[in-house]
This record gives sequence, C-alpha cells and structure tokens, in this order.
Amino acid sequence: MSETNYLTTDYTLRSWFLTTDHKRIAILYFASLIFFFFIGGAAATAIRIELATPQGDFVSSDIYNRLFTMHGIIMVWFFLIPSIPNTLGNFIVPLMIGARDLAFPRLNLMSWYIFMLGGCTTLFAIFAGGIDTGWTFYTPFSTLYSNSYVIVAAAGVFIAGFSSILTGLNFIVTIHRLRAPGLTWYRLPLFLWSLYATSVILVLATPVLAITLLLMATERFFGVGIFDPRIGGDPLLFQHLFWFYSHPAVYIMILPGMGVINELVSCFSRKQVFGYKFVAWCSLAIAAVGFLVWGHHMFVSGQSLVASLVFSFMSFIVAVPSAIKVFNWTATLHKGSIHFDAPMLYALGFIGLFTVGGLTGLFLACLAYDVHATDTYFVVAHFHYIMVGGMVTAYFGGLHYWWPKITGRLYSEYWARAAAILIFFGFNLTFFPQFVLGAEGMPRRYHVYPPEFQVWNVLSSGGAVILAIAYLMPVFYFGYSAFFGRRAPANPWDAPGLEWQTSSPPPEHNFTSQPVVTRDPYQYDEDFHAEPQNA
Amino acid sequence: MWRQWIPFWQPGLSPHSGDVDLLFTGLLIASALVVGLLFFLLALFCARYRAGNQTDRNHRVKKSWHWEVSWTVASFVCFLALFVWGASVYFQIYRTRSDEHDVFVVAKQWMWKTQHPGGQAEIDALHIPVKRPIRLVMASQDVIHSFFIPALRLKHDVVPGRYQDLEIEVDKPGHYHLFCAEYCGTDHSGMIGEIVAMEPADFSNWLTQQAPSSPLASEGGQLFRELGCSGCHGGRGTIRAPPLEGLYGKPVPLSDGSTVIADDKYIRDSILMPRSQVVASYEPLMPSFEGKVSEDQLLRLVIYIKSLAGRQS
Amino acid sequence: MRSRKMPDGSAFAPQYASIPHRDHTAELGMWVFIATEVLLFGGLILAYFIYRHAFPHGFVEGSRHTEIVIGTVNTAVLLTSSFLVAWAVEIFSPATSRIATWLLMGAACLGLVFLVLKGIEYSKEYDAHLVPGIDFQSAGPLADGVQLFFILYFIATAIHALHVLIGICLLTTLATICRKAPTTRHHTALRSAALYWHFVDMVWIFLFALIYLPGRSSS
Repeated sequence: MSETNYLTTDYTLRSWFLTTDHKRIAILYFASLIFFFFIGGAAATAIRIELATPQGDFVSSDIYNRLFTMHGIIMVWFFLIPSIPNTLGNFIVPLMIGARDLAFPRLNLMSWYIFMLGGCTTLFAIFAGGIDTGWTFYTPFSTLYSNSYVIVAAAGVFIAGFSSILTGLNFIVTIHRLRAPGLTWYRLPLFLWSLYATSVILVLATPVLAITLLLMATERFFGVGIFDPRIGGDPLLFQHLFWFYSHPAVYIMILPGMGVINELVSCFSRKQVFGYKFVAWCSLAIAAVGFLVWGHHMFVSGQSLVASLVFSFMSFIVAVPSAIKVFNWTATLHKGSIHFDAPMLYALGFIGLFTVGGLTGLFLACLAYDVHATDTYFVVAHFHYIMVGGMVTAYFGGLHYWWPKITGRLYSEYWARAAAILIFFGFNLTFFPQFVLGAEGMPRRYHVYPPEFQVWNVLSSGGAVILAIAYLMPVFYFGYSAFFGRRAPANPWDAPGLEWQTSSPPPEHNFTSQPVVTRDPYQYDEDFHAEPQNA
Repeated sequence: MWRQWIPFWQPGLSPHSGDVDLLFTGLLIASALVVGLLFFLLALFCARYRAGNQTDRNHRVKKSWHWEVSWTVASFVCFLALFVWGASVYFQIYRTRSDEHDVFVVAKQWMWKTQHPGGQAEIDALHIPVKRPIRLVMASQDVIHSFFIPALRLKHDVVPGRYQDLEIEVDKPGHYHLFCAEYCGTDHSGMIGEIVAMEPADFSNWLTQQAPSSPLASEGGQLFRELGCSGCHGGRGTIRAPPLEGLYGKPVPLSDGSTVIADDKYIRDSILMPRSQVVASYEPLMPSFEGKVSEDQLLRLVIYIKSLAGRQS
Repeated sequence: MRSRKMPDGSAFAPQYASIPHRDHTAELGMWVFIATEVLLFGGLILAYFIYRHAFPHGFVEGSRHTEIVIGTVNTAVLLTSSFLVAWAVEIFSPATSRIATWLLMGAACLGLVFLVLKGIEYSKEYDAHLVPGIDFQSAGPLADGVQLFFILYFIATAIHALHVLIGICLLTTLATICRKAPTTRHHTALRSAALYWHFVDMVWIFLFALIYLPGRSSS
C-alpha cells in the first residue's frame, strides 16, 4: 500500500477525536460498542451464573434486579440500536452510494459525542449503585417506589436518543440527496433500503421515548403525579407511551440485520436477491406497520378487548413482510453457486434463527396463548432469538464481510468459521431451553425459582458459557488480523457494489473519481464474475 | 364433545387451559412444518448448489411475481387463521357466569392477600372448590403486580388505582403454583404462593375450620359506620345523600346527563373521587376518602354495599 | 462593479456536487428535524388529550385559572416575530442585509418578550398556588383534573420555552453573521432557522388553543 488511505492520513489523537470522516467515526463507534457489549455481557454472565441454581446464592435480589436492568439498558440502547447503523452503516453507506461522505459529517461526529455522553451518564448510574426498574421503567415502581438511580439512568438514555435521531436524520438525507449519478432508488443495494427504513423509525419513534422518559423523570423528581393513580393518573398511559417507541425500536434492532443479510446471501450465492422490489418495499412495510402493534405488550394489562383484538391482528400482519423476506432469501440460493465463507455461515444462521424467533412471535401475537406466555421466559427466548440470533449474527456477518474493506486486512477464515459454528451451537443451547421454561410457566425477572425449573436453567447457563467463549474468539483473530493479517485486495469477494470499486482500505475521500452507476445491483453474471456497478 | 376426536388430546385442568394447550399444539405443529420446510430447502440448496458442483444452473427463475403472491397469500391466510383461533379462545376469559364464587385479592409488595366473602383470609395461598367458576376481584396497594397461575394458563396484571376481574375454574383437585408475573421490586420472585383446589365438601370444611372472623360484608358495615358514611347515607340527618340500598348493579343517572352502572369500580371511585361522578339532582358534597382508607377497607365497603343490593331503598 | 447575484461564498464540502446541492440538502435536513419535533410535542399533546377525555370538567376548570391576557399577548408576539422572520427571508440579498439583520433582531427581541411574559405568568401562577409539586392547592371537587391539567401545562410550556430560547440564539447568531457579505450559504441557513422558528410558533398556537381556550368559548 503505497498511497495513503483514511487510516494513514494522520496518526494524531486529534485527527481521530475531531475527525469528520465517516469511516473514522465508524471506528470510534465500533470501539465504544465493543466496550458496551462486554459490560452488558458481563451482566448476562452474572445472571446466568445465578440462574444455574434455584436459590439466590450468587448475588442478593437487589443486585440481581440491578443486573438484569443494566443488561437490558446497555444492550438495547448502547449496543443493539447503534450496532449496525453506526458502525457498518456509517462506514459503508457513503461508499455504497458513491459519495465522499455523509450529508452532515460534523453532525455525525456530534452524534458520537452525544452517544458517549449518554453512555457515561448511564455508566455513572450503574456504578454509583445501579437501577432496578427493569429496562422498561414501568410506573409507579420507577416513579414512586424504586430506591435507585432512575433519573440518572433515564437521563443517559434520553441523551443517547439524540444520537439516534441525528444518525437517522443523516442517513435519510444522505440516501435522498447524495446518490451517485445513475443510482436510482431501484438500483440501490437492499442494505440501503433497510437502513432507510431504520432511519425513518429512528427519527419518528425516538422523540416519543424522549417525552416519555421526561414525564417519568419529572414525576419522580418533582413529586407530581402524571402516572399516579392517587390523583387520577394512569400507570397504563406510561406503558402506552413507552411501547409506542419501544416496539418500533425492536424493528430498529432487526431491519439493519436484514439489510446485511441481503448483501451476504447474494454475494455468496453469486446471484441477485430474488424479488428485489418485494424485499425493498417489505423493509418499509415493516417500519410502517411496526408503529401500529405496540399494544401486544399489554394484552394482560387491562386494556380493552377491542384494543387487544386490533393489536393482535396487526401483529400478525407485521409478520407477513418478514416472512416474505425469508422466502426470498431462500429462493436466492436456488440455482446459485454457494460458497461457505464465514459471512455466509452467519447469513444462514440468521435465516434459521430469525425464522424460529419470528414464528415464536406468532405464538405471542396469538391472544389466548399470550395470556399464558407473556412475562415468562417464552418472551425472553423470543426476543433473544431475534436480537441475538438475528441482529448480532447479522452484525458479525457484516463485520466479516466488510472487514477487508474497513481494515485492508484479511482475517483467518478457519477461526472465523469455527467461531460462527460455535456461536450457533452455543446460542441455541442457551436460549432454546428458555422456550420450554416459559411454556412451563417460569416468570421472567425471577432471581429464585421453584426447583422443577432447574434442568432447563442449567442447560441454558451451560450454553451461555459456550456462547461467551464463542463471542471472545473474534476478539483474538480480528485483533491479530488488524495488525498482522495479510493485505486485502480491493475486491476480495469479487462483488459488484460501489464500495468494492475503491481500494481496501479506502482513501480519505472514498473515490478518486465520481462513480457513475449504469446497472442494477447484484449483477453476478452467468460466468459468476462480478460486473462492477459502474462499468 | 368434538375435542375427543383429536389424537392424543387430554383434557386440561380447566376447559380454558385445555383449549389453550390445543392452540399451543396447533401453533407448534404449524411452526415445525414451516421450520422443517425451510431447513429442508436450505440444506437442499446448499448441498446441490454448492460452488463447484456441476448441476444445472440454467433457467433460473426470473419473474418472481407468482411466487411472491403465492407465499404472501399463504402466509396471510395462515396468520389470519391463527389470529381467529387465538381470539376465539381468548373470548372465553371474558365470560361471566351467574354461579360465580367471589374471592378478593389484594396484591402488595411482596405478598398476595386473598379473602373469601365469609371473611376467611389467606396469605400467598388461595383455597377454592373445583368445578365452580371463581371470580377474582383484584386490587393493588402499591405497584403493578400480575396474578399468574401457569397450570390454568391465565394471568392478569393487578394495576393500582383500579379493580381487575379474572374468572378462573379448576376441574381437578391439587396444588398449583401462583406467581407474580410483573416485576415489582426486591422480592418479586418471592411473591409466589399456591392455589389449592379441593372437592366442594372439603372446601366447605376448610371454610368453617378457618379462624373465626366476621364476614367481609359485616366488617364493611362496621367501617361504614366508623368512617361516618351512615351519617349522610343512613337516611336520617340533614345532608341529602343517595340511598345505597338496592343500588348495586343498577343504572345510576349522573348530573352531566350520562348513566353508569353501579359496579365495584363505581363504588370505589365514589369513595375515592366522589365528585368525578355526581348523581343527578344531588349536590357535590361528599368528601373524598383518598388516603384515608386502604385497599382492604375499600374491598370490605364495596362488599357491604353489594350486600345491600337486595334491599328496598 | 458589484454583481447583483448572491455570491457563492466558500468552496463546498467534497460530498456535495455543487453549491445548490449543498443548500438543498441542508434544507431537507431541517425538514427531517422538524418531523422529530412533531413527534416530541405530539406525544405530549396525546397525553393531554387522554387526560382531558378522562377529566373534562377538571381541565375546563383548570383552563379558567390560566392568564388569558398574557397568553393572548404572547400569541400576538410570536405571530409578529414569525412575520418579521418571514419578511427577512423574503428580502434577503446583499443589498438588503442590514434590513434583514434588523428584522431578525426584532424577531429575537420579540422572542425575549415572550419569555419574559411567560416568566411573569409563571410567577402569578406560583402566587395563586397552582404549581403542582411545589404548593399546589386546589380545593374542590375537580382537584385531580385541575392538577393534571397544570402538570401538563407547566411541562409543555417549559419545553416550548426552551425551544423558543434556542430559536432566539439561532436568530441572533444569524443576524450577526449575515450583516456583512451574505452568501447563498447564509441564505440557506436563514431559511432553515426560519423553518424552525415558524414550527415553534405553530406549536404555540396548538398549545394556546389547548391551554387557554377550553371553557372560555361558552358563557
């Protein structure tokens, strides 16, 4: 590598912490997210150690309640929501779109600083003594009864919300206005359609979280009763406002993963994604309908029968576009030429695990069964299948796929495949027993449990050990690759996207000349040789 | 009954739980078929179309429309069927029957207090007769809890500031777990108990063997006098207040022109927020008892007023 | 000879293809930001409507205790300030930069007048014991509804006032930097700031109707 790239233009700390280069900001996020992932993972480890035995012999119940709250808050707001959008999205979106940067680079840097401020505030709450309300902050427990750092933690999440909003804003404007000449909407890679849908949710849903947390914190701090039943306030109003944001938030935590899978499945089948337009519009459909289902978290809360019926029906509807995507990915493999590189192993794992998670969502959308399964481990298993089995798997797949582009190095394919397989195995062993636990009636957020639930809990904790090892493996082989790996060519996967038409790593301004797009995406032709989009 | 024709079908502990289990089995079979099909296709395609395999890759499917429409419609039809099935079983929870036996439940951090109309009280336990619908009237003294009986596949949140109704019925005697299913603080996982279902004769014996205490209705009557309610509602005295005899269950015309039915919620709201619903032709003079009565006392007052339902006003 | 056309100003950032490209992109950014603000205030207004539905008489009673005179004057103040901002955007050019600056400063001053009047209003409500959490005293049958009304009133107007303050800073900054040799970049920034200011004004119109008018329309 004789010419400079974005990593080598300047080595000073100032050039990193005051950068406006989207690629460097992506690296800043990546480092922060690894840190938060391991904190959230430490909480999960402690939880699974405690749950291996029915008694509360590892930590006290107050500590346990703080552990699962911290796990939820950190993993949702400080890992999953920023994961793919702020690392892979920040790095790849301008490259994929043929632009030299995002629309608002300084806003992008500000997003990272706001994110770190929110993260530090939340960490302060955790290490000063913790918060024990659950990541859902339900009233009146959070406003009137909890003796923990509720306001500080809520402030941390509130601040991080601004980071989400600004990121979403940046992506929406970038995708609308900075596309290369010839790059029409129907020529966009599906990763961008997914990120666009994600950004719409980020921008529209997060403000509702902001106002909800503000109302809750105001009630707690000033002693005014917004959700207080003693002056006629309604605790359920908090739940409606909270879930109006938090249900679309879970689509923030899966749509980018689905976007990555499109890229992986097409590249490693050497074939365009089957039903491109359907998959594109399904992303938008999931985002739109996802705003209309929040009441399915409240079927047993006392909301009206009519409301429950409507929310159940809409929850079934929102599953349809996801099902369509799974069918389309499977059809993409048909008559393709399939390579089982690590990214593809992750993509296949995603399809399987997301399908299981999605189908169990149907169990929960089903009114009569949800009455039994809600607030049990069935729900815990369901959302971990989607968020970890789905989103984290997709994140890892994307990391492996774009690692050569980001770092200019190749990673060890042997260790990567081993880790992928171990993750799949460890994940299923951890979370499948939790479906059984939930079906048998073990409630969630339980520090101690009746002894008949122990067998499944031990299996789950055993799986967690394997999963922890599997998640540590990439630290080693990626770390090795970053410093000692073989240099990567510009296009190690022989893929046609614009991001592969520039060097690995890219130069500071991405392209030496403005790319022009003349073809549809995913043009892997009959000779299984990629035709670049701007040929 | 049509259910006995289903292979391997077992009646559950209650009609409702049997139906929920049937629904669960249906969901499980549908999911297994989908997952099975998907894994089969993935495995097939991965094996057959592995890079380097010499198979026919020509004539790829180009036009996707009929595939897309087919699997979209198929998904939608299956989901619709599941929705209708789930909703129809759900409606059963909302039935009310006339021969219900009432039980009153107060949830507080971190215990369940259950009370029978005769005054028998239990903590973290509930004795009930089998094959009889039991109507649980539930209130919370502090935060949101959730009354969960896994064996019956039923739960309902207990939200402070309102009453919740849940109808349960058990067909087989036995001991069944009772859990709190909504996180409520430090000892949330300690807020567990048991439902003890007994044959009707055993249940009657149990009721009489409990420590003697007055029925909830007479305790309510005592409170009614102690708190001064009878001063205005007793029929004598200078203040004109709506009579409560024969009130429960009847429609009440309000001063804003609307009409409400005098149920548990109405009575509770009238004690705590009396001027939110003023009876037509009466002055809004009743003071609020917010903060002056606990949920236990409120329940007893409600039961007492309910006991006046048969009298003439 | 001085050109009549607005000068283009400094070179544009590399991700843009041209000056108009940059400027149109910035405006789209402001529209997306306005969308997020709509959802923020929307959540609050939703809570207002839910409680108003539950406590109709309480909310009407609470509204009768608001300072309708101050509220109406404030509405006129904000509408006038929006008018001044719109005027500034309309006439903005190198020849009229001084006038535009005066208009923007006028709008900012009116914003300050709004905040001062709001402060006076808050102190009057404090004296009338209408501030929940501090010393709210409302005897009477509708106390719960009145209290909820005032909780939402203080939160909504406080958040709105914060937005007005941010707007004042924006207008003042723009007035300062637009004084000398304004460029298309300044014009775009002005249009974006004007959009924000008009939005804040519109939120006030909604709040005015929901806070001051219930119960005053009929005798």
